[in-house]
Amino acid sequence: MATKTVNPTRMELTRLKKKLTTARRGHKLLKDKRDELMRQFLDLVRQNKDLREKVEKGIGESNKSFALAASGMSQEAVRVAFMTPRQEIQMTTATKNIMSVDVPIYSYTTRTSDPNDIYSYGFAFTSSDLDMAVAGLAELLPDMMRLAESEKTCQLLAAEIEKTRRRVNALEHVMIPQMEQNIKFITMKLDEAERSSQTRLMKVKDMMLEDAHHYEEKEEARFGEQVS
Amino acid sequence: MSKIAVMGDWDSIYGFGALGLDTFRFDESNIEEAGRLLRRLSEQDYAVIYITEALAARVPNEIEHYRTLPSPAIILIPGISGNTGQGLAAVKKSVEQAVGSDIIFGGK
Repeated sequence: MATKTVNPTRMELTRLKKKLTTARRGHKLLKDKRDELMRQFLDLVRQNKDLREKVEKGIGESNKSFALAASGMSQEAVRVAFMTPRQEIQMTTATKNIMSVDVPIYSYTTRTSDPNDIYSYGFAFTSSDLDMAVAGLAELLPDMMRLAESEKTCQLLAAEIEKTRRRVNALEHVMIPQMEQNIKFITMKLDEAERSSQTRLMKVKDMMLEDAHHYEEKEEARFGEQVS
Repeated sequence: MSKIAVMGDWDSIYGFGALGLDTFRFDESNIEEAGRLLRRLSEQDYAVIYITEALAARVPNEIEHYRTLPSPAIILIPGISGNTGQGLAAVKKSVEQAVGSDIIFGGK
């Protein structure tokens, strides 16, 4: 399975072994990161779901009131009523760090502190359904902000989890086995080379001794003596 | 200081204008502008953009693009024509992306 050829050298072996230790440590850390991200994500996404259901229900009710109001007033009158909003909202964003993912925290302030400034029209010529609809929306606004916060957080976390999971899998199923394979290959090659040089040395030693002492001739001579 | 935008058809969003959010109207005549406006708002300091589900269905690519960016948060809201369930589908999508399968909604 060793896809690319490796140099069966001792230097390469040391390098690979170091790399493998790093990979193993990285794998463990990333796995822990993934697990913790997942735990946080599941909590947040449940919250996200509840908030969304609440907000959607609230907006639906407000829309009903708006429709009721619009049926009792002319369209022009409704448009005029909402032409110049009196209230303004400014928001500040901060970030919070969840497992090295920067997630947003939203907070907002209204320009005036008077809660009645949401009504941009006189009460005399508008239907009371309109007031209810606007009040309903105003009540919903904090939840909508929290929904935005939690939904964005979930999206960011989901992307990070996906990325981390890929990294963990790549390390676990590709990088680490490949390195182990390569290390095994180099060790075997080195062992083989060692054995081969060992036998060669022994052979050479035999030949040199033979050259120096002529064991074989002496042996033959002794054998000849014994026979005669 | 950031701002909040609401995009959609007039009937769905005019109430938010009264609360002090910036509203951007879209109807059939200028719906092609929606994607461009979404990009422009994102470059300006709009941190949260609420968009009606009906309009969001017309600009899926832009919404997908901003999904994993830190800002802005693009949040779907039901419009006057009713809840299409697209908003919850987006949450479901996050779950599927993170977990691999949908374990929160029970395959609803």
